[in-house]
Amino acid sequence: MGTPLQERTPAPHGNQAALLAALRALLPREALLVSEEDKRPYECDGLSAYRRLPGLVALPENIEQVRQILRACREHGVPVVTRGAGTGLSGGALPHPEGVLLSLSKLARILEIDPVNRTATVEPGVRNLAISEAAAPHGLYYAPDPSSQIACSIGGNVAENAGGVHCLKYGLTVHNVVGLKFLTVDGELITLGGKALDIPGYDLLALLTGSEGMLGVIVEVTVKLLPKPERAQVVLAAFDSVEKAGDAVAVIIASGFIPGGLEMMDNPAIRAAEDYVKVGYPVEAAAILLCELDGTDVEVSDGIARVRELLLNQGATEVRTAKDEAERLRMWAGRKSAFPAVGRLAPDYYCMDGTIPRKHLATVLRRIGELSREHGLPVANVFHAGDGNLHPLILYDANKPGDLERTEELGGRILELCVEVGGTITGEHGVGMEKINQMCVQFAQEELTQFHALRHAFDPDDILNPGKAVPTLARCAEFGRMHVHGGKLPFPDLERF
Amino acid sequence: MTRDADIGTELQETVRTATARGTALHIRGGGTKDFYGRQINGQALDVGKHRGILAHEPTELVITARAGTPLAEIETALAEKNQMLAFEPPAFGPSATLGGTIACGFSGPRRPWSGSARDFVLGAKILNGHGEILRFGGQVMKNVAGFDVSRLMVGALGTLGVLLDISLKVLPRPEAEQTLAFALPPDRAIAAMNEWSRQPLPLSAAAHVGDTLYIRISGAGSALRAARARLGGEPVEKGDELWRELNEQQRQFFEGRQPLWRLSVPPATPHMALPGKWLIDWGGAQRWLKTDAPATDIQRAAETAGGHATLFRGGDRNAEVFHPLPQPLAALHRRLKQSFDPAGILNPGRLYAGL
Ligand SMILES: Cc1cc2nc3c(=O)[nH]c(=O)nc-3n(C[C@H](O)[C@H](O)[C@H](O)COP(=O)(O)OP(=O)(O)OC[C@H]3O[C@@H](n4cnc5c(N)ncnc54)[C@H](O)[C@@H]3O)c2cc1C
Repeated sequence: MGTPLQERTPAPHGNQAALLAALRALLPREALLVSEEDKRPYECDGLSAYRRLPGLVALPENIEQVRQILRACREHGVPVVTRGAGTGLSGGALPHPEGVLLSLSKLARILEIDPVNRTATVEPGVRNLAISEAAAPHGLYYAPDPSSQIACSIGGNVAENAGGVHCLKYGLTVHNVVGLKFLTVDGELITLGGKALDIPGYDLLALLTGSEGMLGVIVEVTVKLLPKPERAQVVLAAFDSVEKAGDAVAVIIASGFIPGGLEMMDNPAIRAAEDYVKVGYPVEAAAILLCELDGTDVEVSDGIARVRELLLNQGATEVRTAKDEAERLRMWAGRKSAFPAVGRLAPDYYCMDGTIPRKHLATVLRRIGELSREHGLPVANVFHAGDGNLHPLILYDANKPGDLERTEELGGRILELCVEVGGTITGEHGVGMEKINQMCVQFAQEELTQFHALRHAFDPDDILNPGKAVPTLARCAEFGRMHVHGGKLPFPDLERF
Repeated sequence: MTRDADIGTELQETVRTATARGTALHIRGGGTKDFYGRQINGQALDVGKHRGILAHEPTELVITARAGTPLAEIETALAEKNQMLAFEPPAFGPSATLGGTIACGFSGPRRPWSGSARDFVLGAKILNGHGEILRFGGQVMKNVAGFDVSRLMVGALGTLGVLLDISLKVLPRPEAEQTLAFALPPDRAIAAMNEWSRQPLPLSAAAHVGDTLYIRISGAGSALRAARARLGGEPVEKGDELWRELNEQQRQFFEGRQPLWRLSVPPATPHMALPGKWLIDWGGAQRWLKTDAPATDIQRAAETAGGHATLFRGGDRNAEVFHPLPQPLAALHRRLKQSFDPAGILNPGRLYAGL
């Protein structure tokens, strides 16, 4: 977000010219894009408010080429930004103006589906959904299902620790990856795990997951596959207040259910989705909950009966159970298309990604409403209610002077609100370029320093995705907002300026 | 009962002094896992007094406690709300603490289906080797702000930081559980466990002990009846006891002074041809071996199968006990250690020599 970044087209300095010559010798001609026109499609990821052209784009076809590119970049001190499918929503794959944009889209082979050990081994450019499609003939699937699953790559999923609507029960990417191969900035290939359930030494599988391309370039991923549940069934409940819907979520969890999915949408999001996909959502409701149960046939039948009763007891004005698979998919289609649906309401929208303890939902939504009015920008909310991950969608018009700045300001306030109630600035989309200032609010100086030290253990010269995810202390000083812990400022009795 | 106390600043002082003087510290909770990892010397850093549950909010599915809190206290508090630690950690003694459990990263029979200790860690407050108190992660289910340092602590055996407070995701206890027994030799048991794991069955444990395959199913009563009808087998009377004894290594198999190895392998790995006695857990993915066979043979066999081997108990604890790491990975481990503990004072050598 933000003050749209100045697009600089720097004269290639010595390093870059030398690098280009080196890469030309290593790669086939079509694997390097240098002209402005060719580089244009890579100027941004899913956060299109941030754009800039990379120095050049490299499109390697195999691990050996990736290794050579890394070695050359390291040698010439040129930054490398890895890109999967470019669907990221935090500017993580935003190019470096003097760097190489390393696109892994050609490393897209499914290497092995092992139905007996229940794993899939794939190259990083393979699309998330393609894994489940390849596993389907064996009755297996890959559980994490980000809404972007038809497009996003598994490498990007690992780099962001992506989630989906089923992660309360089946976990995030980190819970479903058993093996990785990555290249260090020096071009060394490191293998972590495989088809066993754990690895020796430090848990680098966990550390690499969510590392936003700053610790290494992931070149192979082995994921767990799960048996497709015998049956899945979804219930849609409408409420006349957001608080009641929030309380119903708490009651469902407290009663011992872990639903396969538990999602909430507020009225603006319901209306937008209904307008867009016409799935029969109750457009008068203040909020709806979608609660999916999966498991064996009998288990699901029993569960649905109990969940319906709980929802009605919590004051749901309407409770609908999908009659058949087609209706179940329709109910989800509304939720899964919420982003593009909301996107039709205004020329631009900006998707936030805070997580909060669920008990603060009503307060947070009320505060978001107030902030929305203060800033004069409408906000629609979709919510992974089961795990407290909130996606407020701010509607704005990038062509209206001042709109983008106000959107950025509002977004920042919302994230800080999440931290204030004990949550976090990002649940699944990553920090990238977008939330880098809010990192100064969530973390103290010593913590940021530890992050930098950790990063330097992998990449001492900040070659990999520099300037993302972890702000420098100088940047935080400039941003001027303070780390808040547990709602308290450090040294609360000192006077503030 | 010992009182709850926050001795974070005291621990911080000790770490700072140790860093300044270069004194090695031996971090200790309840001492139940002294057998694990390499033998080390050092001044004791007793985390056991840093104890107490800080927050447990059943509807948020999160518990936060100080590292010295007895594991039993946590499990009791959860049980009162009909919840559990779904990674089913073994305690290895009544004085086991939360910190030791997480530092070792042990998980029980439910692990292949529910996830491991690190899967349930949401956040941690730690002391690094500079004696700085740092917080990573949080008390919420999803959090990708910054590198995942809290999960990195799991299984690091205290070599990267002293765990102070830990937040864990918790889950509701299953409505009912049932254990079934099948008389099968190991190779057929391995095949059966993997075949059933491919099907949508409510499995929550699968182990082969002696000549019997034990399967545990968990869930609503109706689901268990349906699963039983599909699986067959003989119901086991005291299933809970069986799994607890297995997890706590109290079965006869674990007796005696012969070295105990843990092999972590792809679950469908055929029965392995190493000399000794075997016990297979985790649906085939975790294999216990009592043997005097040379370490290199065991490590090679585990590696060939696509896994790794740990000398879990006994044997030479001055030598390496964890699987050897290839050169670039070992170097990365050393640099990572450096980044948290440049003076090398936190449990030096417990995990690998030089870390
Ligand atoms: C409509 C829409 C819906 C979405 N819904 C969800 C959702 O439900 N849940 C969710 O979690 N996200 C969602 N996202 C965000 C996005 O799809 C995910 O973050 C996804 O994981 C990004 O994958 P990608 O391949 O597009 O990565 P990119 O955007 O190309 O890259 C993302 C980051 O990963 C790094 N990276 C990529 N590949 C590698 C690699 N091989 N090695 C090292 N680093 C790498 C990049 O440098 C960058 O920092 C959504 C996005 C859109 C547009």
